[in-house]
Amino acid sequence: MSSGEIFIVVFITAIILVSAALVIAMLISPRSTNEQKGEPYECGIPTRGTSWMQFKIGYYLFAILFLMFDVETVLLFPWAVIMKSLGVMGLCSVLFFLFILVLGLAYAWKKGALEWK
Amino acid sequence: MLELDKFIEWIHSSLLYLIGLDWVVSLIEYVLIGVAFLSLYAVLALILIYVERKICAFFQCRLGPTRVGPWGLFQSIADMVKILLKEIIRIDKTDQLIFKVAPFIVIIGSFCTFGALQFGRGLHGVDFNVGLFYMLAISSLGVVGILLAGWASNNKYTLIGAMRSGAQLVSYELSAGISLLTMVIISGSLNLTDIIEGQANAWYIFQAPLPALIAFVIYLIAGHAETNRGPFDLPEAESELTAGYHTEYSGIQFGFFYLAEYLNMFIIAAIAATVFLGGWQPFHINADWAASFNGIMDCIPTWAWFFGKVFALIFLSLWVRWTFPRLRIDQLLKLEWKILMPISLVNLLLMAVWVLIF
Repeated sequence: MSSGEIFIVVFITAIILVSAALVIAMLISPRSTNEQKGEPYECGIPTRGTSWMQFKIGYYLFAILFLMFDVETVLLFPWAVIMKSLGVMGLCSVLFFLFILVLGLAYAWKKGALEWK
Repeated sequence: MLELDKFIEWIHSSLLYLIGLDWVVSLIEYVLIGVAFLSLYAVLALILIYVERKICAFFQCRLGPTRVGPWGLFQSIADMVKILLKEIIRIDKTDQLIFKVAPFIVIIGSFCTFGALQFGRGLHGVDFNVGLFYMLAISSLGVVGILLAGWASNNKYTLIGAMRSGAQLVSYELSAGISLLTMVIISGSLNLTDIIEGQANAWYIFQAPLPALIAFVIYLIAGHAETNRGPFDLPEAESELTAGYHTEYSGIQFGFFYLAEYLNMFIIAAIAATVFLGGWQPFHINADWAASFNGIMDCIPTWAWFFGKVFALIFLSLWVRWTFPRLRIDQLLKLEWKILMPISLVNLLLMAVWVLIF
């Protein structure tokens, strides 16, 4: 049996696990409604306005930085696998690659993108 | 020792003999695999919840659960029944579709990673040739679920919790990824079977003591942060955000997030055990005089080695959780981007040089 098949089986099992538990819970759990019950929970005080609004930009900056370094990790994986056979030449090219990347991190650091304001 | 290969072979041949139709046999085997993973997943969750409650009680000089069964052993089963019996409250003004899909994504992320673990010799499910990469990729699916859950709830607490969680998870994923990358340099393969086979004589943490140890510590910190626990539990900081991104979830829908959190703790510990501590490989001393010692170590079944290592790491994680006070969000991001990230990048180069020299 190939790994791909097992992966699909595991994937479907995960979906079945969630749906089955949901269905069982819906069948055996009590149900009642009233006006207050459906309100968002904000410590008993009526909610003001919607929560779908503009949000602090700081999180976005970290997401962008993450994108840069995550793509870098993906690019480094093939190098790491055959690092032993590539030897010194491979290490030098990766050093250059990392240097450019660290330059980006240093720039973000200097510009204050890593500070939480 | 448990001879699993032969057992599976025996099931396959007897099913073929009994039924005779190839596709029916395959179907039955798929169902068996699914049931096996499902039961292991559920049983581990129950054990982990019980262990966590007991250990945290002992850390705080309490007794923990004692009423249900001897030493409170059946407490988590009672909790499971209770959580199924709880009402699922339908909140107005939420994004209903995303609200319902989010627990699915969180569970799929953790379950598919779980499916790729190697529990013992020949005791594994998914075994891709890019196994480690697959695990990194699919385990980060969880953050999507958490962000969706927080956003769809239309609640300020959940929104703040989800945003914090997103920033934290994506940041710490980098260090975790790079420290695993460091170990890939020694192993020369991404296949988990190869990685474990390569540690038969000495675990990777002993093969390159200095860089591997640094990577191990970084992975433990980053992995601990990825489970949203311990000093890094800002996304659901009780005193500030009630319950963070799952404030609006009730009943079993909340249970899914709970389940995924505990299993993620197991998965992180399992990956650490696999990559750094030799997975199911027994502890061997690579010398002539130690042959009898190695023989004794081999007598312990491989799955016992695996679970022993994993639970030791989980205990470490609980210890950290109950020892340190919670960080602030700026301290959290500073720790990752200004300390762990540069160290792990330098450590990557250190490992490359180490491997080239020795």
